Amino acid sequence: MSLVKCTLKELQDRFTRGDVSAVEIVRAYFLRISVVESKVKAYITLNDKETMLSQAQALDDSLRAWRKTEPMMAMPIAVKDNICTEGLPTTCGSRILGGFTPPYSATVVNALQAQQCLLIGKTNLDEFGMGSSTEYSAFGPSRNPWKLSSVPGGSSGGSAAAVAADECVAALGTDTGGSIRQPAACCGVVGLKPTYGRVSRYGLIAFASSLDQIGPITKDVMDAALMLNVLAGHDPRDSTSADNPVPDFTRAFKKKDVKKLKIGVPLEFFAEGLDQEVYDAVGEALAVLEDLGGTIEEVSLPHTGVAVATYYIVATAEASSNLARYDGVKYGFRAKESADLLEMYRSTRQEGFGPEVKRRIMLGTYALSSGYYDAYYAKAQAVRTLIRQDFDRVFQDVDLLVTPVMPTPAFQLGEKIEDPLQMYLSDLYTISASLAGIPAIALPCGLSRKKLPIGMQILGRPFEEDVVLRAARAYELATDWHKKRPLIR
Amino acid sequence: MSIEMSQVEHVADLARLQLSREELERLSTQLSRILTYMEELNAVDTTDVPGTTSVVAGEANVLREDEIQPSLSQVHALSNAPEAVDGLFQVPQIISDR
Repeated sequence: MSLVKCTLKELQDRFTRGDVSAVEIVRAYFLRISVVESKVKAYITLNDKETMLSQAQALDDSLRAWRKTEPMMAMPIAVKDNICTEGLPTTCGSRILGGFTPPYSATVVNALQAQQCLLIGKTNLDEFGMGSSTEYSAFGPSRNPWKLSSVPGGSSGGSAAAVAADECVAALGTDTGGSIRQPAACCGVVGLKPTYGRVSRYGLIAFASSLDQIGPITKDVMDAALMLNVLAGHDPRDSTSADNPVPDFTRAFKKKDVKKLKIGVPLEFFAEGLDQEVYDAVGEALAVLEDLGGTIEEVSLPHTGVAVATYYIVATAEASSNLARYDGVKYGFRAKESADLLEMYRSTRQEGFGPEVKRRIMLGTYALSSGYYDAYYAKAQAVRTLIRQDFDRVFQDVDLLVTPVMPTPAFQLGEKIEDPLQMYLSDLYTISASLAGIPAIALPCGLSRKKLPIGMQILGRPFEEDVVLRAARAYELATDWHKKRPLIR
Repeated sequence: MSIEMSQVEHVADLARLQLSREELERLSTQLSRILTYMEELNAVDTTDVPGTTSVVAGEANVLREDEIQPSLSQVHALSNAPEAVDGLFQVPQIISDR
């Protein structure tokens, strides 16, 4: 089997046994990139091939005397370009970070590099993570490897496309309202948003701090657990990171069924607006889970209908505050020839931000402004409490929830770009888990008639990623949707 | 919910965005549509419901000892500055001499 087709687990095993060298891995992936990247456009920045080859050579040399490896050693990992990487430009898909090279790395990047992974490049995203298609990237959109005229989803579309197109073995994404899960579903790969606080956000460039979370995008569920093993854990540098014990998440796979698990099906997620093909695919997936020993029951999350409105107030309010730091003083782009400081701020931000970022800054500033704060921001925060309470209540009864990831398969490039509200509504099924801070995984469960992937979502209680992963893996072992790969042409 | 042009201009000013006339007009239409959609929140009864500011359990402040630790050097901190002089960030004139 071609090296680039390997899952993370398979590549780890081959490297550990010494069947393949780090240099061979780098060569294979750069060859693959040279063939497909011009079509997929997953990356904003690729690491330098010669630098990586010498890094790989040094690694191979050091292992010659005594082959002692670590899980991520020599694994070619892609990182979403809103996560800081020391010495490698980090753009957030924005002009306003033009020329910015971080002087430090995010905690998650340090954790991967401590095991000597190969950081292969930085992937494309909607500017600052604001979007559902990568079309709002200042560097142009990425393409869906399954159909190049379709979007790869967003905002972590570059990471999902890179994994689906075999341009890396696994990738980091970030999820604020679905930005890991939705692109994973669009590209037919696995995306895991951990519980808020499970993974350090230090070095993740902030969009909406109460929602942002880093997680893996991988070829299968096993790989998601292997990645989470490295990413999870308390970090004193992130005061919102949880000081909870971190299990070996692959231990969840000892059970290959879902016996004794109660699985809830929230009615509100299967209502009008859901594409028939997606409805059928998720329905069949539920039948598989039932065959595997799960108990399926209908539940209700009554505030689902107002989640999008709630999210787009909370997230834009936080974004308008977080993005105030881009003023052309300390890093990144600065507009030329301003008469005074205020004009410099205003023209820097005007020229540096793209249309969607400006729209969200405006919306968030409005929601926080005097006279509107209570009607919008305070109201949304209260509704967020009700959304969380919906989940608390159903999780007293069921262990997991199963839903679609998005209402339709991947849409066409350009289809929603002129209609921001339609774009927002495509996040309908992923937003609730973000507002509640609970873990959720997206995994492939079908293909549409047009040969585009369909994803299902499994949600669990806070810090029960192991239960989510166990059900997802049991489903995966009983089906072969995760083994389907696109023919890129 | 319709948002007036003067309000859009005011918010743009608060957000330090020098929007063009065309952008202001487009945003006025788009924000009106989005805010109309958000009015569905008014149908939800939130009497006596506390707002969620954080989903982190406990909500206690996270404190640490005030100990001196290594941090970014001045050179590193200035390495991305659009303009720097004498170890400082340089900005356009703040006080007018006119």
